[in-house]
Amino acid sequence: MIIDINFIGLIIASIMASAVPLILASCGELITERSGVLNLGVEGMMIIGAISGFALMTVTGSLIIAIFGAMLAGVLISTIFAFLTQTLITNHVATGLALTIFGIGISAMIGKNFVGIPGKEFPVLFEGLKDTIPLLGPILFGHSIVFYFAFALPFITSYFLKKTKIGLIVRAVGDSPESASNQGINVRLVRYACILYGGAMSGLAGAYLSMIYTPQWIENMTGGRGWIALALVVFSTWNPIKILIGAMIFGGLTIIQFHMQAIGVRIPVQFLTALPYIVTIIVLVVISRDSRKIRLSTPSSLGKSFHKDN
Amino acid sequence: MIKIVKRDQPSRAIFFFTPVLAIILTLVAGGLIFFILGFKPFEALKFFFIVPIADKYGFSELLLKATPLCLIAIGLSFCFKSNNWNIGAEGQLTFGAIVSGGVALLFYEQEGFYILPTVILAGAIGGMLYASIPAILKTYFNTNEILVSLMLVYVSKLILDYLVVGPWSNPEGFNFPETRQFSDSAKLPLLFEGLRIHAGIFLALAAVVISWFIFYKTYLGFQMKVSGFSLKTAKYAGYKGKKMIILVFLISGACAGLAGVGEITGPIGQLHREISPDYGFTAIIVAFLGRLHPVGIIFASLVVAITYLGAETAQIFMQIPKYTGQVFQGMILFFLLASDYLLFFKIKFIGLKK
Repeated sequence: MIIDINFIGLIIASIMASAVPLILASCGELITERSGVLNLGVEGMMIIGAISGFALMTVTGSLIIAIFGAMLAGVLISTIFAFLTQTLITNHVATGLALTIFGIGISAMIGKNFVGIPGKEFPVLFEGLKDTIPLLGPILFGHSIVFYFAFALPFITSYFLKKTKIGLIVRAVGDSPESASNQGINVRLVRYACILYGGAMSGLAGAYLSMIYTPQWIENMTGGRGWIALALVVFSTWNPIKILIGAMIFGGLTIIQFHMQAIGVRIPVQFLTALPYIVTIIVLVVISRDSRKIRLSTPSSLGKSFHKDN
Repeated sequence: MIKIVKRDQPSRAIFFFTPVLAIILTLVAGGLIFFILGFKPFEALKFFFIVPIADKYGFSELLLKATPLCLIAIGLSFCFKSNNWNIGAEGQLTFGAIVSGGVALLFYEQEGFYILPTVILAGAIGGMLYASIPAILKTYFNTNEILVSLMLVYVSKLILDYLVVGPWSNPEGFNFPETRQFSDSAKLPLLFEGLRIHAGIFLALAAVVISWFIFYKTYLGFQMKVSGFSLKTAKYAGYKGKKMIILVFLISGACAGLAGVGEITGPIGQLHREISPDYGFTAIIVAFLGRLHPVGIIFASLVVAITYLGAETAQIFMQIPKYTGQVFQGMILFFLLASDYLLFFKIKFIGLKK
């Protein structure tokens, strides 16, 4: 059997494509968590982004409005979370869960009128270069702008956290809100900003799903990706570069599952579909076993409310 | 001018008042949403919250939906009180239903008084087994229980799907994704002729009484309260933290498993693909709305059960999408959490009289 080298390139490219929403949402959540806030609403924000993007694309016909609109929708919905956890000092876990339940409900409600409508084709870049280099051609070229942005994002995020002053402030707020506050940093403001940024990235991740990856609206189409994105942040031990690796592993699992079904491997479909969730659990166990390492890399104030007495 | 003052002590009266406030605010916000969607708000709210329970049948349906919610929420309150975030009750419900359904199928076309208790017990054990996974991983491998219990929800639904389309599907069922009907001895008896409410409600009531006793009359209840308040204090007092984590997960899993039993051995009498409309997730809201108090949870489960019925009625009579139910559930939790602010802070109006 001759395996076409470009076919391997296409498979790798499809793995990368399925990793995109995970990278976007995880990198967003990573910044939120680095500032000390645990937002479990990723799934809800993502699905809101998905329906907003698709609806705006269908109604306005403009892809740019749709993409930015989805990000804005993510920001708006995360504002509820920010207001509750930061201003009204509610419990992060419970508020995040409420956000997810609310998001799934609202998206299905809005999405009712958009079921069955075909999506639009999303323009890709460097299409012509695809066949110029064997193997690498299909991997590097012919993708949407969101795809390229997603693969640059972990590096940008890493640079932001390590090398910029604002990045330092975010980390300081997450590791020790008391001392950051004593230094004159407005902890609440920083956390608000980080939550809204996380919302924007989750919104973008959702829009990628409904506009580019599978261009249509299906209820509950995020299918737990938001939760896997949350698991990826733990997997990465809050290091953006490792998110890239984790997202590729999960993207790979999703794609391999399709190919195994196509080849006709005699494993029940349900088992293959369950694989990403089972692997997530196994990976979490392996990563978390070293409790010292987890403790050192977790933002110290993660999930704890901070309130400065007037 | 408005000034916000911190209370010296959380207000006890407000502790029980805020759930009511949250419900009122949800109704107001819900009316607003209906208005935006182009419905008459009062009419929509009437179809949502009053019409569904206006007759005997509706009231029976209300209790039918409130039963699993109450049962699961009681279990979850054990976890939440002690700071364990089990959010995978939906998975424990599903796995409990799978195990009890499997046992019920073993007794296919058999009769006997011992069958129902065995089936019920199997469901509780199934739920406990499934809940023990996040508990053991949390205690011995330091793994985040939120993510593990949630991932297991997806896995359990896929196991169920595999079983009902594959090995357990009804041989005479024309390939419908469902099992054979359980024998009458494996079914929970219906309480009234013509109504769907079944004996599962007694399981929920028993859970309420037992949990009340454990919370307020036993040393374990006290330990849970202390651990929930401060893990450091619990450690200092010498409580066996690991044992307790596993115990609360097992209790919570057993309750969710029993809810699963009720769903399949009640009116349906077989396993099929969709045994629960996300009761496991909604019960999280019920637990909070009921303030993790057994009696509070009874009221909360009734209130939240209406959102299920209301969504169905509103869909039939006004073509309001049925997901509105979920939107209401999310809003109740938002408003509840938000109004908790009043527990710790007082809003003072000053400078009005000059």
